[in-house]
Amino acid sequence: MTTPVVEVSGVTKAFGDRAVLGGIDLAVNEHEAVVLIGASGSGKSTLLRCIDLLEEIDDGDVFLDGAVITDPSVDPDDVRARIGFVFQQFNLFPHLTVLQNVTLAPTRVHRVARRQAEERARALLTRFGLGGREREYPDRLSGGQQQRVAIVRALANDPRLILLDEVTSALDPELVGEVLDVIAGLKAEGMTMILATHEMAFARAVANEVCFLHEGVILERGAPDALFGNPQRPELQRFLERVR
Amino acid sequence: MLRGRVVSGVSTVVVIGLLVLAVVTSSGWNDVKDLFFNWDVFKETFPDVLRGFWLDVRLFVAIEIAVLVFGLLVALARFSRSPLLFPVRLLAAVYTDVFRGLPTLLVVFLIGFALPALGWGFVPDSVIVLGAIGLGLSYGAYVAEVYRAGIHSVHPSQRAAARALGLSTVQSMRFVVLPQAVRRVVPPLLNDFISLQKDVALISILGPLEAFRQAQVYASLKFNFTPLMAAALLYLCVTIPLARVVDLLQARDDRRRAAGGAV
Repeated sequence: MTTPVVEVSGVTKAFGDRAVLGGIDLAVNEHEAVVLIGASGSGKSTLLRCIDLLEEIDDGDVFLDGAVITDPSVDPDDVRARIGFVFQQFNLFPHLTVLQNVTLAPTRVHRVARRQAEERARALLTRFGLGGREREYPDRLSGGQQQRVAIVRALANDPRLILLDEVTSALDPELVGEVLDVIAGLKAEGMTMILATHEMAFARAVANEVCFLHEGVILERGAPDALFGNPQRPELQRFLERVR
Repeated sequence: MLRGRVVSGVSTVVVIGLLVLAVVTSSGWNDVKDLFFNWDVFKETFPDVLRGFWLDVRLFVAIEIAVLVFGLLVALARFSRSPLLFPVRLLAAVYTDVFRGLPTLLVVFLIGFALPALGWGFVPDSVIVLGAIGLGLSYGAYVAEVYRAGIHSVHPSQRAAARALGLSTVQSMRFVVLPQAVRRVVPPLLNDFISLQKDVALISILGPLEAFRQAQVYASLKFNFTPLMAAALLYLCVTIPLARVVDLLQARDDRRRAAGGAV
């Protein structure tokens, strides 16, 4: 049996008295996509942030390529440099150009030579339809373009896997498609990913496994056709009725 | 449009005319003119006051540069998270509280007179340097707080994005948070420097013959206040253009905000 790229085991997290994650188990194999669905506040974003060590977990473990990353002896910067994270609000750096946004981590974290990093960034930007935008500042771009730059920025680090946190929720409806196309393309190329989304049709198309989070636990999981076609738990049935 | 300009022009002339009239027709105007606006005294004393002002300008530039660096270090110290640096954090917090709470004049006085009295070998004996240290300490506390407000104003999601890319705490601060923070605090920093430019005159209590002190000496020598007016004129020559620069920067900032700019 192959080792999953990411394995989450019994992870719990509380903010003060409020339990946000109540014991999550999850594994993502190479080239696979796991989609997290669930209402706002169900813990999808927190789970993704815990995997990227942006939040400290209270209990449990997270493994990356079989090695534990939630141990205090592990350097979190090193782990984050190997995981790509794309935020709902893009979070591009407004004082840097598109090219500088993309090359910041390769040059500063991975110590790639500037010329080499820029060449690679230009190639990636062109591939995602952003050729010619290198010198622009993020506020000159549409939301869809900004989110694509954010995806390129995450890819420039050559991540082992990519975490996508509701990356289309902040976009105008007509811009959602261009970003989803990019993600579907990445999946087709074999990128391993975990994504939280409200786009159910997209989840169904791209997922190898769908997990339904409810109040911080995975209530139901399975292949997309089974989960969407024949939901078992009443909470999931209600959720799907609401979002359809 | 044209009518509006004519009205505002006429009303400005009328208001200023009335103010001037009120001053020059006052019963004491002749005495005031002689005591404060005496052309002969001005001609005689201006070169020395100007020489004193040159000291002010040099002090101002030197203190400003030192304060910009020192204030930033204090602000960064307050954002450090390491338990090892707790004493530094505490010192920085106490420093900003104490020095913002003291009148600048008092700080200059204490540094100028009390510090040398300690008898430490490394304390400089030049009153100019001591005065500059006093002013620098007082303004450093304000400038540190301006930087701190700027750093606070950068949304936490920016830091999260930087950390998510694998940047360390120091790299996130240096490449992502600070550049945005500093851009935002340029106008308030310049405002602080306008008041620093004026407060350089406080060093006069320690003795150096800067513009204000020089003017005071002449004023008591000549029984005439015109040298002080000369000093005032020189201060205005620097502070008013600085104030316009602040206005320009703020207007540029407003335009960017109105254009939907992100910073």
